[in-house]
Amino acid sequence: MVMSNSSRTLSSVLGKFGIGMTLLVEVILFSQFSAYFFTAENILNVSLQLSITAIIAAGMTFVILTSGIDLSVGALVAFTGVIATSVLKLSIPLLISFPLAIVVGLLIGVCSGAFAGVCVTRFSITPFIATLALMTIFRGAAYMYTDGRPIWGLPPEFSLLASGRLFGIPIPTLITICVYGAGYLVLHWTRFGRYVYAVGGNREAARLAGINTNRVLVSVYAICGVLTSLSGILLAARVNSGQPNAGLMYELDVIAAVVVGGTSLSGGRGTIVGTLLGAVLIGVLRNGLNLLNVNSYVQQVVVGLVILVTVMMDQSKKK
Amino acid sequence: MSALLRLEGICKHYPGVRALDEVTVELCSGEVHCIVGENGAGKSTLIKILSGALHRDRGEILINGARVTIDSPTDALRQGVAVIYQDFKLVPELSVAENIFLGKEPIQETMPFIDYASMHRNARAQLLQLGEEIDTTLAVSTLSAAQQQIVEIAKALSQRVRILAFDEPSAALTERELLKLFAIIRRLTSEGVGIMYISHRLDEIFEIGDRVTVIRDGRVVNTSPIITVNKKSLIQLMVGRKLEDEFPNVALTRSEEILRVENISAGILRNINFSLHRGEILGFAGLVGAGRTEIARIIFGADVKETGSIFLRGKEISPRSPREAIDVGIGLLTENRNRLGLITEMKVGENISLSSLNGLLKGPFLDKVKEVQTARRFVHQLHIKTPDVNESVENLSGGNRQKVILARWLATKSKVLIFDEPTAGIDVGAKYEIYVLMKKLAQDGVGVIMISSDLPELLGLCDRIIVMHDGRITGELDRDAATQEKIMALATLEGDVRWS
Repeated sequence: MVMSNSSRTLSSVLGKFGIGMTLLVEVILFSQFSAYFFTAENILNVSLQLSITAIIAAGMTFVILTSGIDLSVGALVAFTGVIATSVLKLSIPLLISFPLAIVVGLLIGVCSGAFAGVCVTRFSITPFIATLALMTIFRGAAYMYTDGRPIWGLPPEFSLLASGRLFGIPIPTLITICVYGAGYLVLHWTRFGRYVYAVGGNREAARLAGINTNRVLVSVYAICGVLTSLSGILLAARVNSGQPNAGLMYELDVIAAVVVGGTSLSGGRGTIVGTLLGAVLIGVLRNGLNLLNVNSYVQQVVVGLVILVTVMMDQSKKK
Repeated sequence: MSALLRLEGICKHYPGVRALDEVTVELCSGEVHCIVGENGAGKSTLIKILSGALHRDRGEILINGARVTIDSPTDALRQGVAVIYQDFKLVPELSVAENIFLGKEPIQETMPFIDYASMHRNARAQLLQLGEEIDTTLAVSTLSAAQQQIVEIAKALSQRVRILAFDEPSAALTERELLKLFAIIRRLTSEGVGIMYISHRLDEIFEIGDRVTVIRDGRVVNTSPIITVNKKSLIQLMVGRKLEDEFPNVALTRSEEILRVENISAGILRNINFSLHRGEILGFAGLVGAGRTEIARIIFGADVKETGSIFLRGKEISPRSPREAIDVGIGLLTENRNRLGLITEMKVGENISLSSLNGLLKGPFLDKVKEVQTARRFVHQLHIKTPDVNESVENLSGGNRQKVILARWLATKSKVLIFDEPTAGIDVGAKYEIYVLMKKLAQDGVGVIMISSDLPELLGLCDRIIVMHDGRITGELDRDAATQEKIMALATLEGDVRWS
């Protein structure tokens, strides 16, 4: 009996190690072929690039742990971006418009997520369909609102949100670290986090154990929504404009990060640390391939293959 | 009789557990060989190895004296071995005929399409042989559990099966349906099919079995003709110790009323009235679908009532969710603990604390040290067999899983506890322990309600028994006045029913 426990711990360590191994191989290979790859500058650059999807992936982890899915994140990035940037263009002092843009942007995320949650709970729409509908609604709304044209001419201070550094570290990277720190605390050290796992493991049993499952579900979509909008604001700051076609196909990158990180799509199993590793794995891969001048068509194929192989290794370990 | 099947020296290890250790069992043509043992003894593992669903570490499978390879369910079928599992392996959305011929659909002579006409004809013939007339175009999901089982048997027989194993076949059947199953089994044995029969219900084994093999802790303890053993000696072999009584003999003193239900109607329920006192165990008897679970769910806030009132210690309550019921001190151990009780992805300790996390907070965070300590205390107190509270609950046997759920409700300090089929699929030893715990709860002043389809259990444990039929209460019997015959008469509203 003691043996079973320790071997289980060993395999779970190996499980975490598995994706770490892939990452290590990646880093070693890229450092061999590119002198620039393993420099502090590039590492900070990668962390900046992957922060956008990583922040959303943290939220997506909550949703997928409840055996849900949120396909609307890419479109929500664009919609939040255009709304937040248009708030910045209002003729009011920057001291007011800047925080207002952020608050409005985040509110859009909360409301959109909560709405998806209500669709899933009160109206019993499957998460896939509910968020698929939201995806096209937000994308269309972003185009409608901007007439298909980007919003330019923003105050230069806004772009500092993405390009600024604190203690030499890019602000989006710092935000990512904070998001994952908070996510870890919430998932593993609070009652709510425990309920997320319970609802994902067995929704009806969770309800009969006294958990308000509807509230948990609405909350996870709201969390995913607010983190998506946060990313939307950061992305708008990085390109210093509100782009209605921003965040195209982000939902796939984000889901890939979560799944590569070992979270089960059927819910109840997974960790947020795994998601972070998954996002880093994919981010580093993209960066390395860019440095090696691999063309973008080939890149897509390679990224897809790496996702497949990582998940395959994960599955075979479980058997 | 010649040995049709011989499992020889079968060994199977899981990490840290020896599930089967040198198990040798023989099955003769035309014989019903029963396998009994406590949960976790290794019966299901043995059946799964026979059916090719699990791989053995060591040992041989011989059919008619010849060594055969069974590494997958397909291999097993090719050798004429089929298993009817407790939870049937049918595709619910497909029709009866499609299920029977799944994977071997007859093809039309002229066109490469499925020959539905001959498929339904053959399916009907196969079912008629079993003495059953079922519309073969119906989706399997619309059938009763008993009918589904017969479809499973027909499916197995359609591929010339010589060895048929049943894993807890009676779990979902009524008494009458069980008699029908026995008739089918007798017909099959008369045609030379060998039957392996696994069941917890010893009464059945004496009715249908020719020989019985007792397995304990992965080893064969004894194989003998059924006529040379009795129930008591079997139980002793199964648990490996002497069992004095089937039920704990604890006198309870009934005190004041704790729960009263007045005129509840909802769904099939009509005008339900009863009261529960502290320090008693109140039984609910009735056939499946009589409305017993429905009452429990309404008291627990899982479903809503249309009319009527519930009073807890004289104060009216109307819980609109399980949470509200739990907060006023009501707990429900649901039927089907795997589907409605446990979160199988979670650890033992996490399952125990799930309903009482409010008391395990330190600021906004969980006090995991206290959580583990509390869980360990319950594991110790209820004798839950698990290496540690951090073990995944999936690795526990049925009886221990039930104790984990019981621990969850003890942690909420419920004043009223409803047990819905608490001992379904649990072995004798664990059953007795659950009985002791229920008595102890009642002694401590908890109001206990027990819903059960096991009449001897209700008679042995309850102070009063309420009998239901078709959504109504048809009678209430005191312990001393209650008999199986009286209960069955009230449960079926037929005078002539006899309980075997």
